[in-house]
Amino acid sequence: MTEYSSVDAAEAPDTVWSERASLIDRVPRSLAMVLLFAAFIGVWQLVHVLRLVSPIILPSPFEVAEDIVFVGTNLLSGGYMLGALWITVKEVILGFIIAMAIGFSLGLLVGETGFGERVVLPYLVAIDTMPKVAFAPLFVAWLGFGISSKVALAAFIATFPIVVATAAGLHVANENERMLFKTLGASRWQTLFRMKLPTGLPQIFTGLKIAAVGVMAGAITGEFLGGGKGFGELIRVAASQLDTPRIFSLIIFLSLLGLALFWSVVWVERRFVFWHKTSVAGGPGL
Amino acid sequence: MRLAAVETDRAVGDAGRPTVYELRQVTKSYGRGAIRALDTVDLQLKSGSFSAIIGPSGCGKSTLLKIMAGLVPPTSGRVVLNGTPVMGPRRDIGMMFQQATLFPWRTTIENVVLPIEIRDGATAAKAAHGRARALLELVGLGGFETVYPDKLSGGMAQRAAICRMLVTEPAMLLLDEPFSALDELSRDFMNMELQRICLEKDATAFLVTHSIPEAVILSDTVYVMSPRPGRFVEIIDIDLPRPRTLDMLTDPRLGAYVRRIRSLLDEGAFQ
Ligand SMILES: Nc1ncnc2c1ncn2[C@@H]1O[C@H](COP(=O)(O)OP(=O)(O)O)[C@@H](O)[C@H]1O
Ligand SMILES: [Mg+2]
Repeated sequence: MTEYSSVDAAEAPDTVWSERASLIDRVPRSLAMVLLFAAFIGVWQLVHVLRLVSPIILPSPFEVAEDIVFVGTNLLSGGYMLGALWITVKEVILGFIIAMAIGFSLGLLVGETGFGERVVLPYLVAIDTMPKVAFAPLFVAWLGFGISSKVALAAFIATFPIVVATAAGLHVANENERMLFKTLGASRWQTLFRMKLPTGLPQIFTGLKIAAVGVMAGAITGEFLGGGKGFGELIRVAASQLDTPRIFSLIIFLSLLGLALFWSVVWVERRFVFWHKTSVAGGPGL
Repeated sequence: MRLAAVETDRAVGDAGRPTVYELRQVTKSYGRGAIRALDTVDLQLKSGSFSAIIGPSGCGKSTLLKIMAGLVPPTSGRVVLNGTPVMGPRRDIGMMFQQATLFPWRTTIENVVLPIEIRDGATAAKAAHGRARALLELVGLGGFETVYPDKLSGGMAQRAAICRMLVTEPAMLLLDEPFSALDELSRDFMNMELQRICLEKDATAFLVTHSIPEAVILSDTVYVMSPRPGRFVEIIDIDLPRPRTLDMLTDPRLGAYVRRIRSLLDEGAFQ
């Protein structure tokens, strides 16, 4: 009681209640991220110097950096690695396009029709629970060692998140929105394209982002398991030669490809779903 | 059932106006007759009149409104608007619900012309922008045309929803608790706006509410509904001059109507 009645006490510095940011919050974000990265490299170097792990298994950060420069130079000068990267890029893009085409169609079928929801969906769920990578040999048997078998595995893995997200997105619109469209005498197509699809876009883009990650994993796994000449094959060869710096640098370039795909999806999302606050702020680097 | 004394001298003096809406022996059951939502309802609305329906929650008010709007078919009975039976959604009916339901990817004016876009296409919707702008002006939303709905307050969003309802110039307004999500001050204000718009457009309005004073101050006729299955237990003509003002909320005549309706609702609750 008395603390509050005294004016002096209320104005003493340690009793003034104000919004004071914690130390962590006051460090600029980019600086904090750079510091975390530096700490990571420091620990890595320490592990290397102290020989806690054999250098064959874990190269030093400098060896990796050196190799990144080598791979980068090879790529920029149009060397054999660029050809391999281009093959993987093709697999990823084709896989993503096919996954979107099949994913949207099945998603519409499941989300819009009773037949799809009650008859098709159980099968999709059953297939989705299977370890899809196990289908890789089958795709190779069907489609050969060329890029088609990799595209197929990539598309196969990426299709399901799109189906699920599209079907779920079509159910987001609430009773009020449906009732409004009904009072306006809207046709089924109008209801779909002017209400259900736009309302579900945040969900659909979440599915596309998951698919963008999956399509990368599918293409590389396909190369590991089914030969081919892409970036995954370069990793496999480097691994067979115990060239660990090369493996690390190839993985880093692959992540750049993955990020590029992911950010393309985010870029499109920002143009189409500008009105949805929470979906835009998400994903790596944001 | 009608209060005979009141009926003889209606303040509005529109006894000679034509009937626009007619419900005859309308009943409604859900679930193959398992839930009887509406008992027999007969209703006639005169052109330009304002009526309110009041009753305990779950008594079938929204069901009645949906039947009138052609959104659900009655189990039996006839619904006729302007001489033609209501068989589905119609453009001469405008509807409004408790939630404004504006779409966040459309600007305010794009939300307002949505009914035109659905019915007549994008070109007609573009052509209707002038009319939409005038409507927004009418409800005090001038200057908010190109603003997205997340920048509008609850009351402003509901006013935009009024414009969306009016843009097709419907002869009949069906309002299902349109302002009950608003705070009391905005609600009083919106009710007066609604009266002004209805007088200005000479629209016929049918309002569902569960505020007794709101029903009385807005209406020419108040229909009191019984608990489910809903039927009209009393039809009360409100003999107060137009335009109504918020000052009338303290008028003893209004108080008498409110007490009368309250006692009817209380009676129903214990039957
Ligand atoms: N689609 C429906 N299916 C089954 N019962 C319903 C349906 N809609 C409403 N009801 C029932 O009909 C009764 C009246 O509902 P409603 O018209 O919404 O009442 P009110 O608007 O007066 O609160 C309620 O008991 C409700 O549960
Ligand atoms: Mg209701």
